[in-house]
Amino acid sequence: MSRDEPDAGGEWRLTRRRAALEIRARMIQALRRFFVTAGYLEVETPVRIPAPAPETHIDAPPAGDWFLQASPELCMKRLLAAGYGKIFQIAKCYRAGERGDRHLPEFTMLEWYRPASDYRDLMTECEVLLPFVLQALGRDAALVYRGERIDLTAPWERLSVAEAFRRFTPLTPEDALRKACFDERMALDIEPRLGRERPTFLYDYPAACAALARRKGADPALAERFELYIAGLELANAFSELTDVAEQRRRFEMARTERERLGKVGYPSAEPFLKALGAMPSAAGIALGVDRLAMLLADADRIDDVVAFVPEDL
Amino acid sequence: MYTASDLRKGLRIKIDNDPYVVTEFNFVKPGKGQALYRCRLRNMINGSQFERTFRSVDTFESADLQEKKMQYLYQEEDKYCFMDNESYEQVFLTREQVGDAVNYLIDNIEAQVLFFEDRALGLSVPNFVDLVVTQADPWAKGDSVTGNQKPVTLQTGYQILVPTFIEEGEKIRVDTRTGEYLTRVKG
Repeated sequence: MSRDEPDAGGEWRLTRRRAALEIRARMIQALRRFFVTAGYLEVETPVRIPAPAPETHIDAPPAGDWFLQASPELCMKRLLAAGYGKIFQIAKCYRAGERGDRHLPEFTMLEWYRPASDYRDLMTECEVLLPFVLQALGRDAALVYRGERIDLTAPWERLSVAEAFRRFTPLTPEDALRKACFDERMALDIEPRLGRERPTFLYDYPAACAALARRKGADPALAERFELYIAGLELANAFSELTDVAEQRRRFEMARTERERLGKVGYPSAEPFLKALGAMPSAAGIALGVDRLAMLLADADRIDDVVAFVPEDL
Repeated sequence: MYTASDLRKGLRIKIDNDPYVVTEFNFVKPGKGQALYRCRLRNMINGSQFERTFRSVDTFESADLQEKKMQYLYQEEDKYCFMDNESYEQVFLTREQVGDAVNYLIDNIEAQVLFFEDRALGLSVPNFVDLVVTQADPWAKGDSVTGNQKPVTLQTGYQILVPTFIEEGEKIRVDTRTGEYLTRVKG
């Protein structure tokens, strides 16, 4: 065996992933180009932070006395409050215990915020962003993923959470929450059916499912939140951002209590964020899983195939 | 004691005093929701299977199985024969009990046979097994855009993706936990 063969050193997996990693690189370049052209400022915020936003089911891994960020949300909102306007970031995020075909404990997030907008504006922006990326990769307006053809021509499907429960389960979202099976119904009955022929925006979540989203003026039991699905894959989560400091404090407190009940690690209060929130303009924000989008573009059914290394390789 | 985060394909756990093996595993987590662990489980005694979704708070005991190192001798219809090299005791496993390990059963390979109260129920093969490529198409330049790989057949009949430079008659190392090609083996 000669030394220059590609599996020398047992790195065959890297050789095999190369084509997908090339697609991923071009995709990230296209994403960046889209936001720069649209007048967004690219920002970087610290990965290691003292006080993550308390969310019941998201665990930021401890790093010394601080934590690795589960999302860059709080720091980016402080920039918004300081008047930075439209901002975006491509950041590494960390979530303890998340490992599966679609999850890595370290992953890449594209997060962006636009002032004077709400979640509907973000839906429209997504409808422009994804075709832009496809075009940059030399593809047409349809995505072929795992043999399935998904047409990305706007408008995409808009489906309320209440309607999704009606269509795919025997329960209402409220019943499911009361019976503590909301997540099961969502993950097992609803999500796999979304975004099948064209992308789906699943929108208007019960307020209890959206710690940092604004309530709907017309129906305060709902929060202005949507998730974007393509081929059953959850791709992005968006909010009309909550800017009411007292309300935000109450929601954090509820999440904190819930984390305590579940025996989870407690976080210090994010005081600088809460202080800045009062000055934050009305805005909409969205986080998109970069690895998931790479899966769709590289036709990969496992997240492992669109990153150079997974924890098990290290 | 295991928690839900330990669940993975091949893990053996005890449910209602019976040993079960996880035959399929998937981690799912709806946006902002709680982690769910979807498993397909097979009762190692009677073969019955069912699907269940666990939550992170669920815990499990490990199945009370004894392991014994035995040598694979031969296959007869649906039965696979293993022998204890010290006592010469022989046991038979069904195709279902052998599971994915069937891809690595070459003559005389040593494996851990699993026993539950003196009944042979299953099998663990070594993490790495070297197998001979018995059928491979010749390498053609410009093949495949998806990472320069091609399917080949190994001596056990197992079909696997390997780098295009692997040729018929060569020996390769396979990771039995993932079923994937690792490297070419000299000699």
